[in-house]
Amino acid sequence: MEKTNKTNPLEGITKESTQKLVEETLDLYPEKARKKRAPHMSANDAEDSGCAIRSNRKTVPGVMSARGCAYAGAKGVVWGPIRDMVHISHGPIGCGYYSWGTRRNLVDGTMGVDVFSAMQFTSDFQERDVVYGGDKKLEVICREAKELFPLAKGISVLSECPVGLIGDDINAVAKQSSEELDIPVVPCNCEGFRGVSQSLGHHISNDTIRDYIIGKYEFSEPIGDYDIALIGDYNIGGDAWASKKILEEIGLNVKAIWTGDGQIEHIAATHQVKLNLIHCYRSMNYMAKVMEEKYGIPWMEFNFFGPTKIAESLRAIAAQFDEKIQENAEKVIEKYTAPMQAVIDEYRPRLEGKTVMVFVGGLRPRHTIGAYEDLGMKVVASGYEFAHNDDYDRTYPEMDKGTLVFDDASEIELEKWVEAMRPDLVASGVKEKYVFQKAGIPFRQMHSWDYSGPYHAYDGFPIFARDIDMAINSPTWSLVKAPF
Amino acid sequence: MSEQCAVKKVTEITTEEVERIKEWINTEEYKEKNMAREGLVINPAHACQPLGAQLVAHGFEGTLPFVHGSQGCASYYRSALNRHFREPAPAVSSAMTEDGAVFGGQNNLFEGLENAYTLYKPKMIAVFTSCMPEIIGDDLTAFIQNARNEGHIPEDFPVPYANTPSFNGTHIHGYDPMLKSILQTLGGDKKVEGKDNGSLNLIPGFDACTGNYREYKRIMKAFDIPCTLMADISESFDSPLDGTYRPYPGGTPLEDAADALNAHATIALQQYSTKETMKWFNANSDAPAETLPMPIGVKKTDELLMKISELFGKPVPEELKAERGRAVDAMTDAHQYLHNKKFAIYGDPDWLLGIVSFLLEMGARPYHILCSRSTKKFRKEMQALLDTSPYGADCNIWINKDLWHLRSLVATDPVDALIGDAHGKFITRDLGVPLIRAGFPIMDRVNLHRYPTIGYQGAINLLTWIANTFLDQVDVTCEDRHFEMMR
Repeated sequence: MEKTNKTNPLEGITKESTQKLVEETLDLYPEKARKKRAPHMSANDAEDSGCAIRSNRKTVPGVMSARGCAYAGAKGVVWGPIRDMVHISHGPIGCGYYSWGTRRNLVDGTMGVDVFSAMQFTSDFQERDVVYGGDKKLEVICREAKELFPLAKGISVLSECPVGLIGDDINAVAKQSSEELDIPVVPCNCEGFRGVSQSLGHHISNDTIRDYIIGKYEFSEPIGDYDIALIGDYNIGGDAWASKKILEEIGLNVKAIWTGDGQIEHIAATHQVKLNLIHCYRSMNYMAKVMEEKYGIPWMEFNFFGPTKIAESLRAIAAQFDEKIQENAEKVIEKYTAPMQAVIDEYRPRLEGKTVMVFVGGLRPRHTIGAYEDLGMKVVASGYEFAHNDDYDRTYPEMDKGTLVFDDASEIELEKWVEAMRPDLVASGVKEKYVFQKAGIPFRQMHSWDYSGPYHAYDGFPIFARDIDMAINSPTWSLVKAPF
Repeated sequence: MSEQCAVKKVTEITTEEVERIKEWINTEEYKEKNMAREGLVINPAHACQPLGAQLVAHGFEGTLPFVHGSQGCASYYRSALNRHFREPAPAVSSAMTEDGAVFGGQNNLFEGLENAYTLYKPKMIAVFTSCMPEIIGDDLTAFIQNARNEGHIPEDFPVPYANTPSFNGTHIHGYDPMLKSILQTLGGDKKVEGKDNGSLNLIPGFDACTGNYREYKRIMKAFDIPCTLMADISESFDSPLDGTYRPYPGGTPLEDAADALNAHATIALQQYSTKETMKWFNANSDAPAETLPMPIGVKKTDELLMKISELFGKPVPEELKAERGRAVDAMTDAHQYLHNKKFAIYGDPDWLLGIVSFLLEMGARPYHILCSRSTKKFRKEMQALLDTSPYGADCNIWINKDLWHLRSLVATDPVDALIGDAHGKFITRDLGVPLIRAGFPIMDRVNLHRYPTIGYQGAINLLTWIANTFLDQVDVTCEDRHFEMMR
């Protein structure tokens, strides 16, 4: 990838000023922690490889990281959104409880009948399960799930920390239960202590799809030239529905979604599609690569945040197909140009020149930049909770020279940067939200869309624009300072 | 090839199948199967121990909660608290990983304590455990002493700790050992001979309603009795927005907590979340230490006020007497909307005892009472409470059951309303039974945690929410010819 910064440096932000801020931030740390944190933050310079961020390393103890765990990546991201399976949080009560309904993966269907993702299934480990093992209990649980939810198309078993530590063999139980119940029972060894963040949970889950799911089903109708899969869209607030809609408008058939509003049999038959379109590269690149190697299915990344990136992406996607699709793409872009311009005309005057600090996961620290820019805003700092080097390689060229790029920030770092850079908006998670709002800084949760959405595609942009405007321009901000 | 033979065709579930199962899950037959579940837990109404420990830690002045275990645990507890209170919940973790499983978590704890102490400048770090160190058997007493010896934290810096295994009990059980350890760490196990600082230690137990803490303090102020409200989260989780972020707003002053054994008396307002702490008080101080029911409704509030009055030899203040009268007035005015109405309620044991007591006072029927982790002792106690009122007759107590069980119970043996946390909303959606939100967590409505549910004022609030829910329902669902101005 060509590494050039896309625009001129931002006013007031230079490589030197940002590097100075980084030094001041590191000065807060004890020596050992300082050494560990130093390579994780830098002033952006896409042309200078010396500015590369170190990532995917162990979280430094005691610093207040925002990271989750492998289980969170498996349950909350990859497996949880699949609507027609019973997802068992296998272990003590907490992990399943805290991840219950908190990622907003919307689904179509009747809850408890043919869809189950808004429910919480757990083995609720007790002391005796830790002492004697939970395998027998898991067998019972799988049987009960099948009996009480006869339309469930499968079961995933998502291990929590104790399962791996006490040496249970969930793989054997899953194999036996799958045979007995005649549905896929997928063991996922995603204990929270594995790896350094939720990222390994994504990888482990991708591997279980590879080992237990892909290729096990075929679509009942013949495969067409325009059949594709939408990969790495989790339907937060209806994102996948918005994305699917415009892909279908340009004439493609979305045969499977991984995994928002996902159906396990469709996912299992994805090896038949002609192209995999991948939105969240971080969580799903593994299977895109597996399907490419094993089944010869090409894959490409795209970006459905904001009209500029949507148009670019639609054209790039259409270029993989024939002239008919390419013409359709132009028509669709044309169709939405006026309504999107109307959104920009409404909000841009109120947001022009405003600055944003972004700290989230997955794809958003780079993919949302264009949407802010469509509104006349600038991203002055961007970071990931659990990215790898390939994410940062994709991020440097999207950011202006001298802006701050960072990895696995601790709360004190974020506080320091926000204090120094005074962004007009912080776009991060629920743990950060109230910290910055107390400090008088407008904020939007960018994992959950702050209970709004969708933000993807043409349906999403007007909502995104409205939300950003309301966060920054709410009259409540004028009340923060008392007149006395 | 056999692998290819095994490939199945994608099938779609038909509308008929969906309709059939949709009806089936509301049947008696389904209920029998569902109630017979032995392993699978579905939609539980309880979380794990460390959450309760963290709540306690947030309730002390300048205290940083420290999760010894995997990093992800801390993020889960924090976000659960963020979502309920819509407030910050700063907490750190020792971020143990696979090598911790082999070598133990001591090095992570050392590094974590040193970093947390330097970066976040707390006055106290309260350590509690998640699954991993509990399973591998980390010795926290030794680890923390070693951390002092090696200079990671100063020798005299308070680091209370609690073992809070998630595979035992619930969030309410994590409250107890953390509170006990904080009090022990700050004040030691010895009462100063002959000392009586004249104050009351008030221990709310696991209570995620900041309004309740403010109400306790208001009641004590009315009595004009100095009070140390333990694990006081009223500021920590309800702090002003004035342009400055403060990581540790409010909390029980450490100095007051350190003097706990020298108080004139101690009252705990939940028994199931304070057992060990109260044992400790009774073992180490001759001052009275009593456990009362959570003061929900008029009678239980009366009990609390009379006990305070008795312990301190002061009459119940006129202000509170008048307040009682207003609560009774409100209850009498509104009794017709609740009388004989059936309720399904779910939550923590002490909270349930309080809500049931209030419903019985209103002539309402606590018809399905569900506690997702409890004991036979609780069942007995609840039954005894039900037996005190004709409105408690034929009511059902369900222990160690979950909200999917409750769904079956409500589908086959209906009620007029549910009272509980936000997780009950799926039952409401499926069966059309309104949900009155109270307890923890509430992540889908704003500000409810700011309104007290304890004391006389709490009785008025509960009553208002319940009665108005029914009245709203009538206005929305009644036929046009029954739509009227007055209700």
